[in-house]
Amino acid sequence: MPINLIITQALNGLQLGVLLFLLAAGLTLVFGIMNFVNLAHGSLYMLGAYFAAAAFAKTNSFIVAVLAGSLGAAFVGFVVDRVALTKLYDRDHLDQVLATFGLILFFNEFVRIIWGTGSVFTQVPEELSSTVEILGFNYPAYRFAIIGVGLAVAAGLWWLIQKTRVGMLIRAGASNAPMVSALGVNIKLLNTLVFALGAGLAGLAGAMAGPILSVQPGMGEPILILTLVVIIIGGLGSIRGALFGAVIVGVVDTLGRAFMPLIMRTMFDRNVADAAGPALASMLIYLLMAVVLAVRPQGLFPAQK
Amino acid sequence: MIEKITAHLKSPRSIVCLGTLGLFLVLPLISQTLDTSYYNKLAIRIMIYALAAVSLNLILGYGGMVSLGHAMFVLVGAYAVTIPSSHGITSGYAHLALAIIGAAVVALITGAICLRTNGMAFIMITLAFAQMLFFLAVSLKQYGGDDGLTLPNRSDFGLFDLSNNTVLYYFTFALLFAALFAMFKVVRSPFGMTLRGIKQNERRMKALGHAPLKYQLTAYVVSACVAAIAGFLLANLTNFASPAYGAWTVSGELIVIIILGGVGTVYGPVLGAAAFLLLEELLPHLVEMVAPDYKSNWMLILGLLIVIMTLTLKRGLYGSLPGDDE
Repeated sequence: MPINLIITQALNGLQLGVLLFLLAAGLTLVFGIMNFVNLAHGSLYMLGAYFAAAAFAKTNSFIVAVLAGSLGAAFVGFVVDRVALTKLYDRDHLDQVLATFGLILFFNEFVRIIWGTGSVFTQVPEELSSTVEILGFNYPAYRFAIIGVGLAVAAGLWWLIQKTRVGMLIRAGASNAPMVSALGVNIKLLNTLVFALGAGLAGLAGAMAGPILSVQPGMGEPILILTLVVIIIGGLGSIRGALFGAVIVGVVDTLGRAFMPLIMRTMFDRNVADAAGPALASMLIYLLMAVVLAVRPQGLFPAQK
Repeated sequence: MIEKITAHLKSPRSIVCLGTLGLFLVLPLISQTLDTSYYNKLAIRIMIYALAAVSLNLILGYGGMVSLGHAMFVLVGAYAVTIPSSHGITSGYAHLALAIIGAAVVALITGAICLRTNGMAFIMITLAFAQMLFFLAVSLKQYGGDDGLTLPNRSDFGLFDLSNNTVLYYFTFALLFAALFAMFKVVRSPFGMTLRGIKQNERRMKALGHAPLKYQLTAYVVSACVAAIAGFLLANLTNFASPAYGAWTVSGELIVIIILGGVGTVYGPVLGAAAFLLLEELLPHLVEMVAPDYKSNWMLILGLLIVIMTLTLKRGLYGSLPGDDE
């Protein structure tokens, strides 16, 4: 197997992992702090992608597109949280699952009405459309940019949560919300802020994924499932877990899809390998999650209590 | 005594329960006079979904085990019909036996692992196994892979044959009725009481000398077998089975149906299934009447309705009706 193919696929895996991290960070924060299961997180990712595509078509500026994607999704998150979801914080997880399942249906149809049922295509911005040479082979600059932005967000989140006053309140809210509230902190506002932050990160992921994936209704669900796998493997409520979990899932999934059929060809008949390889590769991350949960139900990097 | 029974029968819950069951019973006659089989097929679908939801409710509502992978047993049941049938085995007994045994084996293996976890982790690990089975079905290229497999002949039980839709209708009705009756008995039995006790407080039940895992695993396996029977019926109804029967969205829909109907009520899932599938059926027409241009966007309304119902009906359709608590 050529070494640069492996490196390219590993980088692709890292890039997928970074996108997953952007989604997982928001989801795990909302779960860890508000104890809220938000299945509609994938819809916010989808909305981010659509907002960005629309803004890019209007202004032809990638910066504006990314801002529109993340701020737009954050605003939608803010509104949805205020209108419907705050009423569900104290309710059973099941009710939260049901209500956010309804939101998924709503948002999928919403984008169908506004942007149509087909895919919306956006281009990689010109300044990032070239390739970068690394270790003697070429890799698209845009994918590098995604990895860079993701790692920058990870660092920024760490700083926000560990070093600022807001971050301190968020951590305090996660361990004992009524006590923080009793100390005079507006916990509802804090919750809404965290929700909007998570929504904004999901929108950012969508905005950046737009040019390399197809932007279409329902694009949020497959990635939502992957994100749930990430936060379970990493440990619920843990940002560090979300980062490592995302990279593990991204790399395993990408390498599995790329090399599983090849590996199977060495063992089985070519036809069998080509037929079963891709499907078995899709099973890999679920297998990984099942093994992690069976051995370490709290995840690999659980949040500190 | 008689006064007590009549008072019980007059409660809204009983009226709704007996009324809808009665409607299911006479619907084929109504369809016959109207000369249409459309409602029959819809009703069979509702009953099959209800059966699957009733089975899930045993572990979700009474056992506190929220499984997001229940559709995998529906998938097992559906493939237990189409795969033997494609090899020329049309005996319904063989299909049903294969469905139940297959689901029991899968449930025993996955259940033993899944039940090591609880809460959110349990939701996700059941999802993981369901996804694995889903992709396994996709990889079965000789049985259609992604596209699924059409059923050449419906199950034949010797005395009767499901290829007649009316026979399939009453067969499904009988199975649903039997499942409801069994649920009614089981949740009041010592086994059911223990299971509900474990849901409320596992530690106390342990202290009382019960081993939770034994009860939970039994409930999980029984529930899986009933879901496989629903899959068996679904394949016979649609003359088809594909990996999509085991997609995670189907598991999600089953949970929606239960919550809509009423978690932890025997009859709730039936109402939930009826409400959910009727909404899916009626909304496109309603939307067409109001705004013809947006006919295909009826899911928008469905999504909003689900959100509103969750916010207002705290105990589901059946749970919100006055009546005896079960």
